[in-house]
Amino acid sequence: MRLRRDLTCRELVELVTDYFEGALPARVRRRFERHIGKCDGCTAYLEQMRVTIELTSRLRTEDVPSEALEPLLVAFRDWHADGA
Amino acid sequence: MDDDERDVVAALRRGDEATFRRLIERYRPGMLWLARRYVRDRATAEEVVQETWLAVIQGIDRFEERSSFKTWLFRILANRAKTRGQREGRSVPFSALDDPDSEQHAVDPDRFLSSGPRAGWWSSPPAPWGIPEDHLAIRELLDCIRMTIDDLPPRQRTVIALRDIDGWSADEVSDALEISDGNQRVLLHRARSKVRTTCGPDDDGSGA
Ligand SMILES: [Zn+2]
Repeated sequence: MRLRRDLTCRELVELVTDYFEGALPARVRRRFERHIGKCDGCTAYLEQMRVTIELTSRLRTEDVPSEALEPLLVAFRDWHADGA
Repeated sequence: MDDDERDVVAALRRGDEATFRRLIERYRPGMLWLARRYVRDRATAEEVVQETWLAVIQGIDRFEERSSFKTWLFRILANRAKTRGQREGRSVPFSALDDPDSEQHAVDPDRFLSSGPRAGWWSSPPAPWGIPEDHLAIRELLDCIRMTIDDLPPRQRTVIALRDIDGWSADEVSDALEISDGNQRVLLHRARSKVRTTCGPDDDGSGA
């Protein structure tokens, strides 16, 4: 019975983002967690994906450079000065 | 529209510069990522973002508060970026790598056993990946991630940047990119997998 057998590692790695996003149907989620519970390789893989996300979130976007900001503030001021 | 948003619109209308500045700081990173989906390079994306803010200044009095300010802002941006991209003769980029329907593997299939009772299980399991404590090592990793994201196909790049760098919700990203939730997840999974493979501890060379 296809649905009852265990997930393979190869199948599991494709479901990790859906798992993190809470998008797996309950039945698949249970099979996912059952597999993780007994597979060190997939446990390490899941952790690698968590680390990937955590590190990516540290790529903070740089501050707005003043050559971008200043002309906009001037335009904002001018527009309201004209409209007043 | 929530109160915060209503206040924002009112403040812009009466010329409150601090609010305008705060909005630019909050939204510019996401605007740049989104604009880059449609135009040739980062410099053009910068221009589109600047034009969008000028359009906001001139249009705020006509803004009808039926949508949120953020939705309105990003709609102006997307329209301008699309127009600009068309003028550049650039059709909306759509490579096989960027097509959620095309089949791609998060992990090189060679990493799994192909036969026997454990077919589909790891033949060489991944190693744990701890975040290094050394500043230089972290800098190198972050550089690798930044370059990898930069080289991703446009939609994957936009999705991972908005979700994982700028912290947008899944709904916000699917709305802004006009894609389904499912496609948003596929693109995100591909992008994260590519970053993991390229910058992680056990490069399995799967390049997908
Ligand atoms: Zn496994």
